[in-house]
Amino acid sequence: MSAITTLARQPSGGVNARIVNRIVIYGLLALFALFYLMPLFVMLVTSFKTMDEIQNGNMLALPQAPTFEPWIKAWSEVCSGLTCVGMKGYFWNSIKMVVPAVIISTLLGALNGYVLTKWRFRGATLVFGLMLFACFIPFQSVLLPMATVLGSFGRFGVKLQNATGFTFGFGNPTVNLVFVHVVYGIGFTTLFFRNYYETFPNELVKAAQIDGASFFQIFRRIMLPNSLPIIVVTVIYQFTNIWNDFLFASAYAGSGDVMPMTVALNNVVNTSTGVVEYNVNMAAAMIAALPTLLVYVLAGRYFVRGLMAGAVKG
Amino acid sequence: MLRKLLIGTALASGFAFAAHAEDVKEVQMLHWWTSGGEAAALNVLKQDLAKEGYAWKDVPVAGGGGDPAMVALKAMVAAGNPPTASQMLGYTALDYAAAGKMGDITAIAVKEGWDKVVPAALQKFTVYDGKWVAVPVNVHSVNWLWINKAVMDKIGGTEPKTFDDLIALLDKAKAAGVIPLALGGQNWQEATMFDSVVLSTGGPEFYKKAFNDLDDASLKSDTMKKSFDNLAKLVTYVDPNFSGRDWNLATAMVIKGDALVQVMGDWAKGEFHAANKTPGTDFLCYRFPGTDGSVVYNSDVFGMFDVSDDRKAAQAALATATLSKSFQAAFNVVKGSVPARTDVPDTDFDACGKKGIADLKAANEKGTLFGSLAQGYGAPPAIANAYKDVVTKFVHGQIKTSDEAVTELVKAIDDAK
Amino acid sequence: MSTVATSQIKLTPEHARPRASVRSRLQDALPKIVLAPSFAITIIFVYGFILWTIYLSFTNSKTFPSYVITGSRAYRRLWGWTFDTDPPSSWYTSITNMGIFGFLYIFICLALGLFLAILLDQKIRGEGVLRPIYLYPMALSFIVTGVAWKWFLDPGLGLEQTLHQWGWTSFHFDWIKNKDFVIYTVVIAGVWQASGFIMAMFLAGLRGIDGEIMKAAQIDGATTFQLYRRIVIPLLRPIFLSAFIVLAHLAIKSYDLVVALTSGGPGGSAWLPSNFMYEYTFKRNEMAVGSASAVIMLMTIVAIIVPYLYSELREKPR
Repeated sequence: MSAITTLARQPSGGVNARIVNRIVIYGLLALFALFYLMPLFVMLVTSFKTMDEIQNGNMLALPQAPTFEPWIKAWSEVCSGLTCVGMKGYFWNSIKMVVPAVIISTLLGALNGYVLTKWRFRGATLVFGLMLFACFIPFQSVLLPMATVLGSFGRFGVKLQNATGFTFGFGNPTVNLVFVHVVYGIGFTTLFFRNYYETFPNELVKAAQIDGASFFQIFRRIMLPNSLPIIVVTVIYQFTNIWNDFLFASAYAGSGDVMPMTVALNNVVNTSTGVVEYNVNMAAAMIAALPTLLVYVLAGRYFVRGLMAGAVKG
Repeated sequence: MLRKLLIGTALASGFAFAAHAEDVKEVQMLHWWTSGGEAAALNVLKQDLAKEGYAWKDVPVAGGGGDPAMVALKAMVAAGNPPTASQMLGYTALDYAAAGKMGDITAIAVKEGWDKVVPAALQKFTVYDGKWVAVPVNVHSVNWLWINKAVMDKIGGTEPKTFDDLIALLDKAKAAGVIPLALGGQNWQEATMFDSVVLSTGGPEFYKKAFNDLDDASLKSDTMKKSFDNLAKLVTYVDPNFSGRDWNLATAMVIKGDALVQVMGDWAKGEFHAANKTPGTDFLCYRFPGTDGSVVYNSDVFGMFDVSDDRKAAQAALATATLSKSFQAAFNVVKGSVPARTDVPDTDFDACGKKGIADLKAANEKGTLFGSLAQGYGAPPAIANAYKDVVTKFVHGQIKTSDEAVTELVKAIDDAK
Repeated sequence: MSTVATSQIKLTPEHARPRASVRSRLQDALPKIVLAPSFAITIIFVYGFILWTIYLSFTNSKTFPSYVITGSRAYRRLWGWTFDTDPPSSWYTSITNMGIFGFLYIFICLALGLFLAILLDQKIRGEGVLRPIYLYPMALSFIVTGVAWKWFLDPGLGLEQTLHQWGWTSFHFDWIKNKDFVIYTVVIAGVWQASGFIMAMFLAGLRGIDGEIMKAAQIDGATTFQLYRRIVIPLLRPIFLSAFIVLAHLAIKSYDLVVALTSGGPGGSAWLPSNFMYEYTFKRNEMAVGSASAVIMLMTIVAIIVPYLYSELREKPR
């Protein structure tokens, strides 16, 4: 039960003052909702307009003759380079990269957070600080050295293949992207889990230890079952960041058959010449953003719950 | 369930990789020609190669005039996995060649006699240390005016022959209530226009000395100062919202008749074509006044990487197909540029294209074919971008006078050398 | 050395030591073994690459990395540009913009996020609808929203023109075209994207505060304002840390925001250091200068973040 909710019920001032108060609060909230919705509104109405209407009308006006044509085109016809199969073909590329990257980085973050809070050792804070600071490295400056490393993975993969007939994923662009996103994601996942477990009662861990539970048993039986909220938070955060990444995706997986959604979208939207079909671009953009939007809206309630639990300081 | 997905992905991708490694009848092509007309033009090449049994593996990275594509290329090369070929601009192919990353297609060049048909100025960007490392796809020229004919007729204008004529024409448009000059306020567009202004103000000899040879005295000269003054004059004719506008939106202003003229490379013609406009009846193409007889060019090339032996046949097929007369004609008709070899018949080209082909040939023979500094064909990127910095800061008022602009230009170019 | 050193679980080592077999020693080392891979990849792929970048900044690397040390020319050039204010050098523009953008972006996001969270926490009907509305911008990349923002801010297409059509013809909003104000439009779009996420973090923090503390304070006669200032906001301290880290890293990496929104701004006036770094490293083939700028960025972050991290993370007596 929220403390502030209790507060709101307190009779502080007369009934009139309270009503004015509520009107001001709702007014402000509505105003900000408009601010946040504006770009989405522009994108949505534009995606249902014909090109004529876009060129001659106001960007905020509702479509006069709504058409689904741009959406159909964006879904199944739009071209990324010379391949014209629409946006639908790139979903799977993104998903098979995002899902493993999110799972691995979240799991590592959880283990790290568990060690850093419940199994403290000398220098644990320094280790955490170093991992946290890693969040700040500009990705542009790791692009080339990382490419060199991935290249050597690839050559190792070829050797493996010659020896065993199988590359074990070494050199595969999707596996490479998963690796990169795990490397540059664990700083954040560790931050989230560490702050969450910091507030998790130590007594439970202590009791389990006395009962003879092992390191992993405690993690699996006690920590994980109580981590759902923060798992949701981390998953959402990582999912968004990895799904929306363009720099690594274009540099390490730019070819048509493995290209993630953002690279395809960039190819659709960034036409250097030719008539810019804004309605199709907007529809394509909405399609590319659909998974993240869905994740936010559906998981939003867990999200707040998760952060809430993480914030309770012991 | 998720674990299954993970393993499944790894397995599937492992096998996919294995399958690819044996496939050599394939051309991997990195490019940023993703928009309708360009992609259609490139598709011609894809089909030409398909006829010979080579598959096309597309690696498109669009946007930013090729910047993201070049970043991706650098990463691919750093990883030791270069594509078969990549679209490149300016000094890029030479830089990669200097780093020992490019292949050698001299044998094909000799067999096909490219030496004789590709202008020498272009060969400077495709031949490194006596070896052919890249194939030119087209020649664009930047010193063009693109004019809406209806607006021109309305204000009773005629082709401007001198810079002052141009100013008079712009004044007429202004008086008629039309935006005289359509400009996109991005540094490369402003600098591209300035290339023409300098050529017009100082003449071919001066342009070459200042912008190709980077001669200090010319850069410092009063002629350069006058060029900046002329640029300042032109900028007074743009609409207040020009800053940051994409070039194709500026072209659209001319197409729609909102503006009279745009100073832009011949890729602008692609926009007129896409809007179903015909040269002579809907729009006019003139050389920038005072630059007739000279061509300030840039050129797209396909850089050929040092690929493994089993991929060399595919690369050779790509190189040959790219410089074939049929592809050169088919591609450049769509793109708005002119063929990179001077012996392609101009029958399929429109009036502007025919003039472009003739101009290129004449300029090549006369020695008035110059690399555009704004497009990175006058000097390496560090210098070209320093130049764009100065021009854009002058246009947007961070640099206030032409005196200051000249000083800054000399300083910036020295600093970047 | 014993692995488990925290006071809470001090019991275990004493308990285990008499039977110190290989197995139990392994058990003791297990936490470190588990942490090791993450720590190792961080050291290699973050700190190793930082060292690599530092090394490159002292070479003459141009298009490609070169490993010949040639001295500090890149730094001397950057240092010179730092004082080139008239006309402003691209570097000067980038770092001053970073100051303006970084401060306003982080400050406004924190303030607005906290403000919205407090409003939403007043037992609002329809919170479930409002929350995702505030939150969704974080889910979209600027490849997606850049065009919409560009239109909206363009005086000829967006807000200004719309208000003119509605009759308010004296309204002017052309910041995006103005070299002195364009950076503020970047702030607006940046705040739009991140503030909802920060709101969610604060909202969660508010929900987590123990009601008993609040009740006690109210019985003591604290006003609502005092309650928030003295009790609620101090309790949100850990959230401020997470929010600050998230915002600071977004601010420093705001590259695509500038490009999508302004294409660099009039005369390059919207550049941030990340744009500078990208330009010099990849476009101008001056990798040494690009690396030096990255090193300076990192050093600045160290100077700002490390004291903050230190004060937040040092072991607190329990």
